[in-house]
Amino acid sequence: MNNFTEENFSSDGVSLKKKLRRSLFKSKMRAFFLVLPLLAFLAIFFVIPIINLLSQSFLDFRYATLMPGSTQALKDWDGKSFPTEEIAKAMVIDLIQAKKNKTIGKVATRVNRELSGTRSLFTKTARAANKMEAPYMEALIKKDKKWENLKTWQAIKISSMAVTPSYLLAAVDRKYTAEGEIIQQDENRRIHVTLFLRTIEISVIVTLATLLLGYPVAFLMASLPLRTSNLLLILVLLPFWTSLLVRTTAWIAMLQSSGVVNDLLVFLGVTADDARFSLIYNKTGTLIAMTHILLPFMILPIYSVMKTISPSFVMAAKSMGATNWTAFWRVYFPMTIPGVGAGAILVFILAIGYYITPALVGGQDGQMISNIIDFHMRSSLNWNLAAALGLVLLIFILFFFWLYDRFVGIDNMKLG
Amino acid sequence: MKKRAIPIYASRGDVAWFYTFRFICALVFLFLIFPIIIIIPLSFNQEPYFSFTSGMLSLDPDAYSYRWYWDILKNGMADPDASNGWWADMWNNAQWIRSIKNSFIVGIFATILATVLGTVAAIGLSSSHMPYKRIIMSLLISPMIIPLVITASGLFYSFSQVGLAKNYLGLILAHAVLGTPFVIITVTATLVGFDQSLTRASASLGAGPVRTFFRIQTPLILPGVISGALFAFITSFDEVVVVLQLADVRQRTIPRQMFSGIREQISPTILAVATILVILSIILLTIVELLRRRSERLRGISPE
Repeated sequence: MNNFTEENFSSDGVSLKKKLRRSLFKSKMRAFFLVLPLLAFLAIFFVIPIINLLSQSFLDFRYATLMPGSTQALKDWDGKSFPTEEIAKAMVIDLIQAKKNKTIGKVATRVNRELSGTRSLFTKTARAANKMEAPYMEALIKKDKKWENLKTWQAIKISSMAVTPSYLLAAVDRKYTAEGEIIQQDENRRIHVTLFLRTIEISVIVTLATLLLGYPVAFLMASLPLRTSNLLLILVLLPFWTSLLVRTTAWIAMLQSSGVVNDLLVFLGVTADDARFSLIYNKTGTLIAMTHILLPFMILPIYSVMKTISPSFVMAAKSMGATNWTAFWRVYFPMTIPGVGAGAILVFILAIGYYITPALVGGQDGQMISNIIDFHMRSSLNWNLAAALGLVLLIFILFFFWLYDRFVGIDNMKLG
Repeated sequence: MKKRAIPIYASRGDVAWFYTFRFICALVFLFLIFPIIIIIPLSFNQEPYFSFTSGMLSLDPDAYSYRWYWDILKNGMADPDASNGWWADMWNNAQWIRSIKNSFIVGIFATILATVLGTVAAIGLSSSHMPYKRIIMSLLISPMIIPLVITASGLFYSFSQVGLAKNYLGLILAHAVLGTPFVIITVTATLVGFDQSLTRASASLGAGPVRTFFRIQTPLILPGVISGALFAFITSFDEVVVVLQLADVRQRTIPRQMFSGIREQISPTILAVATILVILSIILLTIVELLRRRSERLRGISPE
């Protein structure tokens, strides 16, 4: 007879414990294999491409591969003393080669990013390089005085580093010197920190504005009977389902100087016909349009939390002598915090990476960090800097994504 | 007993606040809906402006026209006045028609891909045995969270190295990536409420796992799958940041065409297109809402 300390065996003689473990493992594998195709798909077409780009923020092999001789020679240079004749010789040989391979433009662009004005120096010197004779340093300086400048050589040394902190530092308006120090970027090139701050400012304002507008609406919908609130919900969901471009276009029609809002204000006598407000193609336009576009993302989570709060809590508070305000602020509001948190983090995350609306209605002072990333990707073609800015933005977003997951939970995300 | 909106014991201040509050909410709803509604009359403008003319305000029929709707068809045609081969010319050359075709081609294929991969993954994810659920879920949702500019730049940079940039395949793959989180979210939401005893009941009545899947599980999760697919479709249909980087002029979609329309030559044609899109979104919203109700009814959760 079996007693309790012994293991139980099934009819085929395998211990039940082992069988259970085996079957659990099987269902684990089955669940995992169902997710695997999508995981592989996302890895290949989403994660790896993005990592590939972001790695460009600290990797730049361009100078090192195109100008191997001078890269090698500059490695041993301390960055303070004047470069040796050996370095100058390697430079001239590299320039001749680069000119022949027609890669001098790429090299010049790379160095120019470290020190502006060096592009022409490189192209000009390369044209004359095959006629140069020893001593090479003198020949270089004879061609252009800039070769005498220590700053030029320092910029070249930094460009020759394959693993470079330059771009990431440039993304936060710092720069790396040949002596290995990190200093502030020149005054006229300090634009990114301002832009990051403005992006955060716009996102915070939009988050607060959507909260201010969304909370009462969610409260109203939660207090109405379900049939009515479902109808009102459609009014919230319609903008949610309407194309972003349509909504942005609508705001152009509303806010432009001859638009509906200004017409109405002139008609009401708020402003004179020749003193219409400029509400669009600036920060105001970006703020209004983004608040409108992101408002449903605030209302929906708050509403779904408020729906579950029983009205008897507030009634109980009032029956015990609380005023309306106390009952709301001390009893009702704390219970809606999870919804407010979910909505606020979601709106903030979406706002901080916004591109289209600022691009279309932002004008000059309504541009955000995404717009400059796109500018460097498509116009200036400085992909390394775009990657660096993207990496900084991404770190920021991932922090808030982590917060969202901690306090709300990814699985609680709902749509409509 | 009918529940009263204002309780009988409410003071005068309460009543005043009640109506003030409703008025504030009405203003917020107006803010939400008004801009979308206002473009509909504007799209029938006779003049090439984005604003109401005095004729429109006095409801003069001559101030309204279908002109910009015709422009959707005619813009880009080789010869809009020819009677011969007008339809073929329109179908092949009109800019907006081409962008509509592109939007549907990319949208439909991306939706199929996203829905199949997303649904299968959601079934795995909702199993209680799924290992590393939280981290995998965050990864699968991340295309929705990571700024589109970063996704677009990354895909453009990497796809152009392997010949996937500037063609339909790359665009479809990119939009499928962006659509999967929506499918995951809607399908897992349906599966969370799924009563597992139904599959056991089915098995006890002699149905095999395949038969159970098709006859019991599928009809119950189908509404979730369809609304997930609609979300994926609208995501692709509305997406412009990836298209800006990854597509060239031959793959221009509707939002891309609108984007350059707003930037370069702003004309009420955009408003006409916008009006059509608003109607489309109303239709889609209705379908999703009906599906949601059907799903609730099937699972025995009814409103009220």
